[in-house]
Amino acid sequence: MEHKNVNEWYVAKFKSFEDKLNGQSKSFLHEIRKNALNSLAELSFPTNRNEEWKCTNVAPILKHNFIPAMISTVPKFQQDEIKPFLFKDFDYHLMVFVNGLFAEELSEIGNLPKGVVVDGLNRIIKNNPDSISKYINNLSKIDNAFNALNTAYSYDGLVVIVPDGTILEKPIQVLYLNSSKDDLVLSLPRNLIIAGKNSQVSVITNYRGYGDKTYFSNIITEIYIGENAIVNFYKIQNENDGSYHIEKVQAIQKKNSVFNHYNINFGGAIVRNDINTLHDDQNIETHYYGLYLAHGKQHVDNHTFIDHAKPNCMSNELYKGILDDNSRGVFNGKIIVRRDAQKTNAYQQNKTILLSKTATIDTKPQLEIFADDVKCSHGATVGHLDDTSEFYIRSRGVPQELAKSMLIRAFANDVIDTVKIEPLKEQINHMIFEHLHRVEIENEQ
Amino acid sequence: MNEIKEKKTISEETSSDDMKVLDDLTSSEYKWGFVTDIESETAAKGLNENVVRMISKKKNEPEWMTEWRLKAFRYWQKMEEPTWPNVHYPQINFQDISYYSAPKQKPKLNSLDEVDPELLKTFEKLGIPLEEQKLLSGVAVDAVFDSVSVATTFRETLKEKGIIFCSISEAVKEHPELIKKYLGSVVPYTDNFYASLNAAVFSDGSFVWIPKGVRCPMELSTYFRINSQDTGQFERTLIVAEEGAYVSYLEGCTAPIRDNNQLHAAVVELVTLDNAEIKYSTVQNWYPGDKEGKGGIYNFVTKRGACRGKNSKISWTQVETGSAITWKYPSCILQGDNSVGEFYSVAVTNNYQQADTGTKMIHLGKNTKSTVVSKGISAGHGNNSYRGLIKIGKNAEGARNYTQCDSMLMSDKCGAHTFPYIEVENESSKVEHEATTSKIGEDQIFYLNQRGISTEDAVNMIVNGFCKEVFKELPMEFAVEAQKLLAISLEGSVG
Repeated sequence: MEHKNVNEWYVAKFKSFEDKLNGQSKSFLHEIRKNALNSLAELSFPTNRNEEWKCTNVAPILKHNFIPAMISTVPKFQQDEIKPFLFKDFDYHLMVFVNGLFAEELSEIGNLPKGVVVDGLNRIIKNNPDSISKYINNLSKIDNAFNALNTAYSYDGLVVIVPDGTILEKPIQVLYLNSSKDDLVLSLPRNLIIAGKNSQVSVITNYRGYGDKTYFSNIITEIYIGENAIVNFYKIQNENDGSYHIEKVQAIQKKNSVFNHYNINFGGAIVRNDINTLHDDQNIETHYYGLYLAHGKQHVDNHTFIDHAKPNCMSNELYKGILDDNSRGVFNGKIIVRRDAQKTNAYQQNKTILLSKTATIDTKPQLEIFADDVKCSHGATVGHLDDTSEFYIRSRGVPQELAKSMLIRAFANDVIDTVKIEPLKEQINHMIFEHLHRVEIENEQ
Repeated sequence: MNEIKEKKTISEETSSDDMKVLDDLTSSEYKWGFVTDIESETAAKGLNENVVRMISKKKNEPEWMTEWRLKAFRYWQKMEEPTWPNVHYPQINFQDISYYSAPKQKPKLNSLDEVDPELLKTFEKLGIPLEEQKLLSGVAVDAVFDSVSVATTFRETLKEKGIIFCSISEAVKEHPELIKKYLGSVVPYTDNFYASLNAAVFSDGSFVWIPKGVRCPMELSTYFRINSQDTGQFERTLIVAEEGAYVSYLEGCTAPIRDNNQLHAAVVELVTLDNAEIKYSTVQNWYPGDKEGKGGIYNFVTKRGACRGKNSKISWTQVETGSAITWKYPSCILQGDNSVGEFYSVAVTNNYQQADTGTKMIHLGKNTKSTVVSKGISAGHGNNSYRGLIKIGKNAEGARNYTQCDSMLMSDKCGAHTFPYIEVENESSKVEHEATTSKIGEDQIFYLNQRGISTEDAVNMIVNGFCKEVFKELPMEFAVEAQKLLAISLEGSVG
């Protein structure tokens, strides 16, 4: 199965995109774009014959002709329209993107410590391109047509630069609101986070759909974590049910750094997350936490990769899935321990609960180990809710639906409990509750 | 010619059956130190339809068999060599291989003194009896040699029970209805590149049929097989256990077997009907190449069992220490309700050996169960991969799988990899997978050293402990030999 004409469609649209750039076509980013466009013309979109995409059929995405957000009309929102989508009850710096384009009027960045940059990519390119030229498209390399598409049309996205020795106390909340009236919109945020030496920063990315028109979010996030830095990255994905979401995260960690990545998925018709981390020095710590709840015909695919290239590092990964109806889950957790990476500790766990007869899961924990003095383990389980526990709860007078929901929330709690921002934890828990009781809630309304 | 004459004189004294057995046993693989040029009927290199027809004709096969081979060959021509396994080797030129070689008469050596001393050392370590040593290394043996009479007694006992145990070629002629029914029914000729190649050109192999309700009274083994003439490059084994039957089959041999055939592509098919059980044990110790990784055998095998009947069971146990490249995935298709599949494996890679091995458990029937225990040991520059698939079909209510794959690393240049695929389509099933990788415990070695045990013995003890779960599944004698074999394979890898 080839999707050649899809490439042609996006290559052809590039001209009108270029016209909209207003003289920006001389920036270094435009060179990157043009190279990516060449790759896009050559690379075919992945099919099931590609091992990395074996279980995810992207044909439904490719049958639509999406229009890149830059050359389509961007809907306007009022402050109070976006309020319900935000996580609240804690202080944060707010960035809002509509269809992947920075909406300055909706954002509230507030006061930032000296030297800290929290801005949209397009404004950085205009004002201070040198600050990011070393990083952008350097951390992440194009390896498939989706990356190429994002890179060719990269225009806006979140940029966070935390200078050496700076701690950003308040987390940055980033709302990506996707919506359109007429076109099938292609939203292409290009995010970049640079955490300097001894710095600390937390970022909450929040993907939401407005309305029920189909759109496609194709995202690349590059994260550079300097020496002794700590980065907490949260992703809460709740796109509308008919839309597609693909994100590639590429992180590079330096000496003694810590990276916590949370990946929580509720929405989307086809969702694919690639989360890659490279250990570029010693004594690094990486934690991946993932939770996905799927129902209907949703397809959620999480591919994680930790590249242990240097000695004395540790990684820990916990992914949990709850699949209902006809949904399908895919998990692929790859860990490579390179020849030099002695004294590596790498742990991985993937647990899935199937709630219906027709839900399916394909899981593949993959360990490739080339060093000998290592401790690595992985575990994967697939099962259904424990009947005896359910019976126990029901015998205490709890109705069946609630008993089930209690057990599922307990199952999910292992992941949610690790969230470091208390109000965020509560709100995610609430989202899970709403998700599990969606039918009852709908009926009441 | 002299040898043949000699043989004839003996055969006058013994019954023809005995002779045949002896003949087969003595024509085993050892080819070390060939001096005499033996005339053998070998097909020219290359592969085309004529070669396939020729092979079939040489074996006096009926028309339908020839057709089957040709179909396989035509299909094979359209296939591409698989590149997905995690092994590296120079491309094989399939036109540079001779696909038929008539059973050769090997030169007989007069005494063990003429045998390569290194081989003798290995025999000694394995504790192989002297007579067997002679047999394995191609030394002429007396007609009264023990195992021969054993083999004859075996044959009679089997006949009494109605068990068929013969070569595939013989079965094609004498039991065509069974062959037609079962050959290629588990591994069709379209299955994969090497299975198709095997179907087109397979030289010979074993056929076992256990009638309804019969429990095979002894462990069957290629080692004692009556009609085997040559292990052959493209072996094909078919074992069928009818309702309620049981058989335990041993393949291979712990003694090192030297072989000039670089490529081995065997196919093994197992079928169990209601309440039947097959236990298939393999010890593979083919030439792994020298310390620099030169030479060695490529072992590309397709092994699959189908639990067709209710409550049937197939159990694979393998100890893989030889071959430069091992590429095999003994699998179970659990079709019958309540059927059980098991896979126990120890794979050792030392020097430059590469192994990509594991299993596939396909759960289709209700309440099917499978257990997978895989132990990988890597030393030297060896690379060891576990690749497994657990698939739970839509209708496999209450299916259960437990997988454990542990790897042990013994040097800083070796690799251990796991590629487990888990695909579940039924919510009532339960699947568990666990994998660990670690270095051999320095504290454990220290503890044993401290008790006056040498490092080498300590390593052996630890490794044996690590593999215990698998060894306990092997038939007794095999288990003892396998332990020793492991020790030899890992000699000098620590320290």
